[in-house]
Formats: sequence, structure tokens, C-alpha cells
Amino acid sequence: MASSITGRTPSGTSSRRKFLQQIAAGGIAIGSGSVALSSCAIGGSDDDDDDSGDTAEAPEERSEENPLGIDPEEPVEIHIFDGGFGDAYATDIHQPIFSERWPDVEIDHNAAVDIAGELQTRFAAEDPPDFINNSGDGQMDPGQLVADGLLHDLTELFDAPSWDDPEVPVRDTLRAGTIESGTFDGKPYILNYTFTVFGIWYNKTLMDENGWSVPTTWDEMLDLCAEIADAGIAPWVYQGVTAPRYMNWPLLTMAAKLAGPEVLVAIDNLEEGAWGHEAVREAASAIRSLHEGGYFLDGVEGMEYRDAQGLWARGEAVFCPSGSWIENEEADAIAEDPSFELAVMPEPLLSEDSVMPLETIRATAGEPYIIPADANNPRTGMEYMRAMLSQEGARGFTEMVTSLTSVIGAADGVELAPGLSSAQEALNAAGDNIVNWFYPTWYKEMENPGIDQATGKLLRGDATVDEWVDECEAVAAEIREDDSLLKQNREL
Amino acid sequence: MTLTEPAGAAPAEETRRQRTQRTRSRSPMKRGMYPFILTFLLPPVGIYALYMLSPYIQAIYISFTDWSGLTTDFNVIGFDNYVELWNDDQIWTALRNNLILLVFAPVLTLLLGLFFASMLNVGGKRRGVAVQGVRGSSIYRIVYFFPQVLSVVIVGIVFKYVFAPESAGGILNSLFSFIGLDGLTQLWLGEPSYLIWIVLLVMTWSFVGFYVVLFSAAMQSIPKEIYEAALLDGSTRFTTFRRVTLPLVWDTVQVGWVYMAIQAMDGFAFVHIMLGVHGGVDGAGDVLGVAIYREAFSNNDFGYASSIGVLMLVLTMTIAVLFMRIMRRERVELA
Repeated sequence: MASSITGRTPSGTSSRRKFLQQIAAGGIAIGSGSVALSSCAIGGSDDDDDDSGDTAEAPEERSEENPLGIDPEEPVEIHIFDGGFGDAYATDIHQPIFSERWPDVEIDHNAAVDIAGELQTRFAAEDPPDFINNSGDGQMDPGQLVADGLLHDLTELFDAPSWDDPEVPVRDTLRAGTIESGTFDGKPYILNYTFTVFGIWYNKTLMDENGWSVPTTWDEMLDLCAEIADAGIAPWVYQGVTAPRYMNWPLLTMAAKLAGPEVLVAIDNLEEGAWGHEAVREAASAIRSLHEGGYFLDGVEGMEYRDAQGLWARGEAVFCPSGSWIENEEADAIAEDPSFELAVMPEPLLSEDSVMPLETIRATAGEPYIIPADANNPRTGMEYMRAMLSQEGARGFTEMVTSLTSVIGAADGVELAPGLSSAQEALNAAGDNIVNWFYPTWYKEMENPGIDQATGKLLRGDATVDEWVDECEAVAAEIREDDSLLKQNREL
Repeated sequence: MTLTEPAGAAPAEETRRQRTQRTRSRSPMKRGMYPFILTFLLPPVGIYALYMLSPYIQAIYISFTDWSGLTTDFNVIGFDNYVELWNDDQIWTALRNNLILLVFAPVLTLLLGLFFASMLNVGGKRRGVAVQGVRGSSIYRIVYFFPQVLSVVIVGIVFKYVFAPESAGGILNSLFSFIGLDGLTQLWLGEPSYLIWIVLLVMTWSFVGFYVVLFSAAMQSIPKEIYEAALLDGSTRFTTFRRVTLPLVWDTVQVGWVYMAIQAMDGFAFVHIMLGVHGGVDGAGDVLGVAIYREAFSNNDFGYASSIGVLMLVLTMTIAVLFMRIMRRERVELA
């Protein structure tokens, strides 16, 4: 590979090899340098980065049966995040579907809890696997992966005919917003497979028992909170020290309902003053009023999120902000009391003349799957995604892990758990009035610790609404001025 | 020009070489001594260079780049990371916390360790016996060592629950309200200003046992006659400790201090487990070790993480050098 050494380094950048050359000179000074230094952190072979792309990218013959042009005999390496969903859905549902059509493709299945720990060095060595479920605590920063050009463009996948019906392309089988949620700079890089409904989750059993009705305006919410508190129950919990940012979800959704989704676009685009918008202030002061009224569960500010949610699921509190995964996450606590039933409600309206209707809800595709740009066999990785997005694959997933998927109609007729079915009802009621925001995916540090800490202060009463706005604005400004981040933009 | 100097220096050089050769020829291993020694030295030096020196040098180099940890290419960006470091409030918080640990953790741990060890070994009073520990000292000795046996992870998780709110199973708060001191209950882990002190407390708790054992061993090697003499002169227990015990275990205390200072500069495991990767509420319990981990593995910014690492290297070296200076002066005074 001698030829690849020369003229490889682009001007202005420094490659590992150049680094080696520089350090080798110093290596003599420290003794047995050159041997030692051939194995460094910035490592791996960079001999085949350009040409590997060429060979692997060259598609086989495309046909109706093989729209992505995969090599029917080349193995594919898959890494699944072994977290809340486990990895059985991949081995027991998706892989059989895939293997039925491609019996000769050997699937090298791997499951990991710490995805970055497992794969970060393989990216640095330009030898990543073909398919990754980049999720969990050890998630590799998606924005960074895109900025470094390490992800494979999925446009072809979304344009390909769907697994079940060759007449319908994959993109038309997906719920609105799915592809957008994984799009950076106009190109889709991430497949978000699950569909999560966010809202205020409440203890339906307690509400029914006491004859309390679901509040539709914030004033009603506060009245109800007073009533609940009088009954000796805490009205609200949130995710304590771990994730006060969960309270941002009702906050921003309420702001969007009051003044329209433009508020969220401004925040995503890091516009100056976006957090100081009148609607955002109003929503923040509504959320802060829960602290002022003493409506949070005693001591929740100092709790771990699982403890706080567990107390909610055991009937110590009525409302809890979360996504539709909570039923799964707190399954143990929920199972303790068979009469316990949970449901989701859309956030109450702050004012009678809100721009968006009460039914508006935040929902988004989640659980990211990616294909590395340097993968040996990216086409088969995409073919695997196509199999996942089949009706059978998506339905199997929903049945096994009780989560909705981004595939339209896949959950129809599936018997869902009570919480999830209420989420689906809310989703249907919302129709097109679905909101979402993207800055947490685009700029990971902005959401956590940035906004997270600001909102924590607001909830503890350590910050006024004005101080909260100032801090959020400062966090946004820091991201805006950080040249090392690739900036994203979106329009309504 | 180059010719003149070596010419002048040559004779002295020559004699020295001859002298060493003569000395060597007298030794039993005349020839083959250097190859022999080299065979023994090279592998460890090689391993040291490979696993210690090379990562240091690489880290320093990486700190001048914008490497994300995911690619093979990166840009050299000069001192940008260090400028960012200087302007990063979170790093100052972490640094302050490390310094708090550095000052208080050794002092607290060593004082407690000395106190317990002396009580266990020379603190007891019984007629007829000059030097002995307090009653039940053999049991205490074992009990004190328990925390040392537990892994740091377990200690961290246990103490998370000690300091949790009462409704979430918080042991400390439950204890306070059980004995009627409700006024003392606090949201320990929810209050930014408490965090680092809680870490300090837990760190001390988990290390004291080790020093009790270390100092006990040192104290047991002190001749009993010295204590008997002190006792005959009518010295109190405190005076005995100050005038006899402490000077005679001083060397061990110094070693202990260095070791504890190293622990205090780290603190990664305690903070990461008890407070999380962002250093708890408002990031107020952050330490440099956690900041490095966060920047590298959570934010994929290995360049910036390396610059924090270099900062830590400089700090640790400074402390080590200062300490060696102080130690050396003391040795001279004793001599």
C-alpha cells in the first residue's frame, strides 16, 4: 500500500500517518520509540478508506427483488443496543424476516449496552460494522457523526420500493416526520424506527376514583392540583436530579400551542431571543407555578428519576411528564398493583385563544439506526432496514416491546397495553397537529447539561422565569458561537 | 569550529573511559554485561514507553487538535482548546472541587486514621498493662477495614441511597426524622452547594479503614519501652500521642498523604456514580476526571478532553514536585 502513503494528506489537515512521522522523530529520543508508537490511539489502518468505498459501493445488479442491489452472499455485521428493548426483537423477528428472503447472507449479530465503548475505536480505525442501533447512554453523538461524514446517506433506502408492496416506496410507508427527524442538512442519515408520543402521563385509577376530570386549560390544572394536594396526594412528579429537562417537554409544547410551532423553529435555529418569546415565558411561568404552589412530590428535587417515576407508578403522585416508553420502563412498579392504569393527556391550553388546538401533541420518531459510511457492506445494512420497516417486522416489534413504530398501520389490530393504546388514541386525535423540536439531537450539549440545568433551577425555585430565559439564551448563544459544531436549520 | 572543542576534551574523556574499563574488567562478568543488563531492561522500558509515555505524548498532541475520536483525520487548531478551557466555567468548578478534595481529603482521612489507629493500639487504659488498645479493638480493626473491601461502585450506589430523599428510601433523612431531628433533613443531592462535601465525606469514609491498618502496623513496631517510660514520667494520653506516637509514625503518614492526594486528584468513580456524568445538579459536583470522560465519550470531543487531561497532568506534576521539595527539606533537617 505504498502508493497510498504519498499525497494522501489533504492540505490543512493532519492524518494519523503524518502524526506518526512527526512523532517517530521524537520517538528516537525516548528510546524504543518507533515500535511502541505504531500502536496509538489515533489508530487503525487508513490504507483502504477511499477504495473500500468504491468496491463496496458498487452495487450488484438491481432488480425488483433486489432494489438496493445487495450481494446475496456477503455477510452483514449488526450491532443492537441491548437496553430497554433488549435485542430479541432483532434475533427473533427482524432477522428471520430478512433471512427468508436472503438465506445466504450470514448475519453477524452483536448486542451491546455501551455502543460507543464498543464501536468508537472501530470508527477511528475506519472499520465500522454495517448496521448500528446507536442508542442508550453510550450513544455516539449523532451530530458529530454527521459532521465527520461518517454516516451513509439513506436516501436510496427511502426511495426503494417497500418490502411488502413494490408499488409503494419505503418513504410512503412511514409516519409524517419520521425521515425529517433523521435528516441533517437536507440528507437523511438516521432511521428513527420507534414512534414516541410525549405528554402528561397520569394515574387514571386515582383520577377516576376521585371523580377528577382531565384538565383542558392550565387554570383547571392548577385548580385540580389544589384539590389533589388537599386529598393528601402529590399532584406532580418530575425526573428529579437526573433529568429535570423532562419538564421542558410540556413547557415547550404548551408554548407551541399558545403561539404556534414557529416558536419551536426559532429555538431549533438558535435565533436570538427565541427562549425569550412571550409564549415560552408564559409556559415557563406556568411550570414554575407548580413549584410555587408546592405541587411537586416532596423531595423530588433530590431524587433519581427511576425513584421518582416509581413513586408515581405506586400512586404517590398523579402527573408525570414522559414519553410512551414509561409503561415499559416502570413495568415492575405498575405490575405491583393490578388496578393501576395509566393514560396520557395532551398538555392543557394556557389561554382560550391559543393558536393550536388542545389535541396538539408532541410525537416523534425515535430509536436511531445508522449505517456507517465506511461500512464494508452498507447496501445489505440498508436492506436489513427495509426488512425492519416491513409490516410484519414493525408489528412484531410493537407486540414484543410494546412500542409504536414509525411504520403506518403496523400497530392496527395489535392489542396494546393500556398506556400505549391511550398514546395511540392521542396520536389519532391530534391528526396533523403534531409538534416536535430537534435541537436536542442536533446539539446534544445544548439540551444536557445546558437547558437541563436551567430548567432544574426553575423547578427548584432557584431561578425566576427571567433568569431562566437568560440562562437558556446564554446556552443557545454558546452553541451559536461554537464554530466546531455543524449548524442545522429547519423551516416550518 | 567543531574540531577544536572535542580535541580539547578528548584526553579527559579518554582517561575516564580507560578507568571505567579497568573497573569493569575486575568485575566477574567482564564481557556480555551490557547485553545481559539490556535484555532485562529493554522489555520493561519498552512496555513503559508503549503504555505510558506514548499515550502521554499522543494526548498532548491530540489536545492541539479538534479530533472527535471517531475519524482518522483531524485539524490542528493550535491553542484553541486551551482558550476554551480558560473560558469554560464548568472546568473552573471542577478545578475548585478537585482542590477542595486535595486539601481536605488527606487531612480528614489521615487525622481520622491516626486517631482510630492510636485508639486501637495505645489508647486503652487498664491497670497493670502499659500499652494496649481500647476494649474491643480487635473487632473495630476488622470493622474499619470493611469499606476498603467494597468496590467503589458499590460504595457510590449505597451512598446515593444514604443521601436520597426520605420518600425514595433515603437512609440519613429517615434516621433524622426517626430520632426527631426533622429540621436536619435535607435534599442532600439536590442542593448544589452540598455536593462536593458529600463526595468528600464518602471518600473519607471509604479510605479511612486503609489508613487505620497502615498506621496500626507502624504503631505496633514502636518499642513498648518508650511508652512505659513516657507513662512513668506521667505523660497524658494526648501528650504520648503527640510526643511519642506521631513522630515515630511520621514517615508512614507522609506516604499516606501522597497516596491520598492522588486519590483526591482523581475522584472520578465516586462523582460519576453518585452524581452522574454531568457532575450532579448544576454540575456543581464536577471534578476534572469526570469532565475528561464527559468531553471524550459523551460529547465526542477528544481534543478538548485531552487538553483537560494535560491540565491535570500539569497539576499533578506540580503537586508531586512541591511535595518532594517539602519532603527533602525535612530529611535534611532530621539529619
